[in-house]
Amino acid sequence: MSRADRVACEDVVMFVNAAITSTGQREFRSTAAAQRLSLAFLHEYVLGNYRDLYAATLALDVNHLNAAMVVTNLLRTAREAGAAQRAVEGRLIAARLRSLPPQRVYGVFRELRRLRINNRRTRAIVRDWVAARPDPAFDAVKYRRSLSVAARHAHLRLPGEVGTALFDWRRPKRYQTPILEAWRRAHYEQRALYELPYTVAEGLAARHGIDRARFLSGIAPKLTAGERLRLQASGARHRVEALVLDLATAPLTRLAIYVLSLPRAERVRRRDELTDALRAGARRAARRQAGTWGRVVAVLDDSYSAAGSGVKRRRPLAVALAAHHLLEVLAADYTGLWLHHRGDPLLVHPIGPTGLGTRLVDALERRPDRLVVVSDGWDNDPPGQAAEVLRVWRTRLDPHRATSVVHLNPVYDADTFDVRRLAAGVATVGVRDAEDVAALVELARFATGEAGFEELRRHLADRVDRFLDAERAAS
Amino acid sequence: MTAAVGGIDLTGLTTGPAQTWGALRLVPLLRPAPVTDLRLHARLHAPDALSIVSTGPRTSYVSYVPHAFVATWSTDGTPAAAYGTQFHAPGDAGAPDGVRLTFRRRLARRENRQRLRFLPLHLALEGYLMLQFGGPPVAWQEWTRAAVTRGLSPRVEASYTGTAVTGLDDALRVFEIHPDQCGMVLYVADALAAAFVVPHPDDYRALHPTLLQDFYGDLLFHYAYLYPAVPGFVARLDDTGIGSVADLRDEMARAEAEWRAQHAVMADGLLGTERPTVTPVRRMGRFTLSRFLPAFDPDVENHIGETITDEAGRTAYLKTFRLSAAQTRRGHLLSQLAATDWNLDATAAALRTDRDGLVGRLDRAGFGHLLRPDIIDAVRRRH
Repeated sequence: MSRADRVACEDVVMFVNAAITSTGQREFRSTAAAQRLSLAFLHEYVLGNYRDLYAATLALDVNHLNAAMVVTNLLRTAREAGAAQRAVEGRLIAARLRSLPPQRVYGVFRELRRLRINNRRTRAIVRDWVAARPDPAFDAVKYRRSLSVAARHAHLRLPGEVGTALFDWRRPKRYQTPILEAWRRAHYEQRALYELPYTVAEGLAARHGIDRARFLSGIAPKLTAGERLRLQASGARHRVEALVLDLATAPLTRLAIYVLSLPRAERVRRRDELTDALRAGARRAARRQAGTWGRVVAVLDDSYSAAGSGVKRRRPLAVALAAHHLLEVLAADYTGLWLHHRGDPLLVHPIGPTGLGTRLVDALERRPDRLVVVSDGWDNDPPGQAAEVLRVWRTRLDPHRATSVVHLNPVYDADTFDVRRLAAGVATVGVRDAEDVAALVELARFATGEAGFEELRRHLADRVDRFLDAERAAS
Repeated sequence: MTAAVGGIDLTGLTTGPAQTWGALRLVPLLRPAPVTDLRLHARLHAPDALSIVSTGPRTSYVSYVPHAFVATWSTDGTPAAAYGTQFHAPGDAGAPDGVRLTFRRRLARRENRQRLRFLPLHLALEGYLMLQFGGPPVAWQEWTRAAVTRGLSPRVEASYTGTAVTGLDDALRVFEIHPDQCGMVLYVADALAAAFVVPHPDDYRALHPTLLQDFYGDLLFHYAYLYPAVPGFVARLDDTGIGSVADLRDEMARAEAEWRAQHAVMADGLLGTERPTVTPVRRMGRFTLSRFLPAFDPDVENHIGETITDEAGRTAYLKTFRLSAAQTRRGHLLSQLAATDWNLDATAAALRTDRDGLVGRLDRAGFGHLLRPDIIDAVRRRH
């Protein structure tokens, strides 16, 4: 592989790692501003040098913030792309916007307006996305400001009463569309409030001076899954029965975050329920791949830095806990080793230094087929020992590479524009949700330089085709 | 009272691997068996509140006291239960509300019978200044009346709080505390800045953030500002002889011993100091609270500090402050003056200079006001 290809390969993998992990929020070791600055630079760099690959990352599991940034950047610099490129980008953007949560997409539209990007193609993209929304009247209530911004910016023709509701809502005596009528009545009538989405109802409830506990029990049936999860503590405080979480449907990593948010005493009390929920979540995430990974040993980081930051509380630890349960399902024979914690993984707590070296030896001693390390990569007890252990293992103890080592890192390191690596020659990939582990391990071989740039291009092209096919089948 | 003994005895403490952050290197000190019959707690005072610490009937000086510690101590040797953060009425001596001043009668005094309260480093800073606090014992004609009758009062030394040291707040925040950690050695640009040891890991956990409110000399302030980053020391494993996992473990143990030895070299300026002057301040049960002064040798680093040692001389508590070069020079001058009873000619001879040279040095060190104006003016004219 030529040096240029190797650099290109590293750049793209670096960008994908960043786009998966960084949410532009504060991390344990860097501020939100540093994360955003670093991420914005990386986007500019990859967009300028590898435009087609930059667009192709929309087909990967990059997080919502980065997907939105990619879309905005592609539209912002559309004149630099050729006609053929634009056609592919347009399809990718449309497909990705459909899979993004609506508030993120409206965020993109607002950003387009702020940047004064308004051309025929952009307007068509906005128009098609809004037209494909299942219920424009619902959007007119829940995303009222955003939809009106999009409508004005892209000169949208809104169906029926939606336009009136957005721009002249006081004129009609009553609306024919039920949700618009409920929304109109909710301004005057407390009962109508509970037919509205939670975010809208909350503001109106405050205006009516409704008691929080009563409001929460009334609005409970209207909550989305994310809102329900977020309101658990609030619901418990106000003793609202209706808010009880259905553990069977929550995604694995979300579930792990929820479990770790509970005090240890409660985790002990609800041990069976929570463990079963985590196991079921892992089985759902693994699907057909369950039991296909052979003998797996995982080294899981529960050092103090796994506590994350105030805005991402215990996220790295939650990813490790979720990965523990997922790997248990994926592997035929599994052992999970925490750095400090012993016993039931449900009670894990972030504390102490990151001594990966000795734990890696413990793991490698079992001679697994696959070694998975989930850590933020700040190996400090003693510094750099993990890299040394892995190097000696590769050169002296396992020259035939019987054990494949993958490092999953949930934290983006703003200073190096990448997730922090454990050792040269060991694949490090960013991870946000443990559910994506299987797909990420696929990507890991590009991180070590084993596979060439052409192969990476083919892989991405393949992912793009699959992504577009899946979207076409869904729509 | 003053006894010159060997260096600081850190028996029972082992060094952990350093964690670096920018120009700061933080080395944890681990205690496999914690001291259980001595416990320390921080008493945090209102930030930015001025407090007056009265040290005698005659003098009182204004100083910024960010926090004071309270020592809890049990006679029967049972583990002292965590005392929790205590809020005592600050107005022991009737603190006036409006001006936010807190009066404390003595720097170390008995509180309730079994508790000892003291203001960290004040003891030592006071001792440093006290060194020649009384001024000339013989009324040589060169010294002013004020110097002879009132000594060096008012006594003021400047230092920075930890919050002013670039990056220290982040370094302490991201530092991952070991479960059995009882202390910390702090390096700024690989210069030993401070050492801090407490008897018990729980105390350390509680006191870890207070490192940010401690005193640091101006040298460290500038080092932290000017040096971008210190390198992390990575212990390289020698893979030539490794044929099995057991060999790998042996090699790791050897590397560990190596970096422990290396840290002993780095901390040599404090731990290897020969014969610091140790003054016991108070004795309680088997523990002795004392403060120590360095030899004031301008060529090496000088640390002052305070310790609590047990009957065998092992350190239960330690807190140090590194003097800047200027402070060391002042201490050196004062100690030389003291050795010759403040006789200028004898001191000049001891410092291998002449009378003018010594007067010039005193002037530059900020002690010019102690000499009679005609003498100092004459020297200034000649040079």
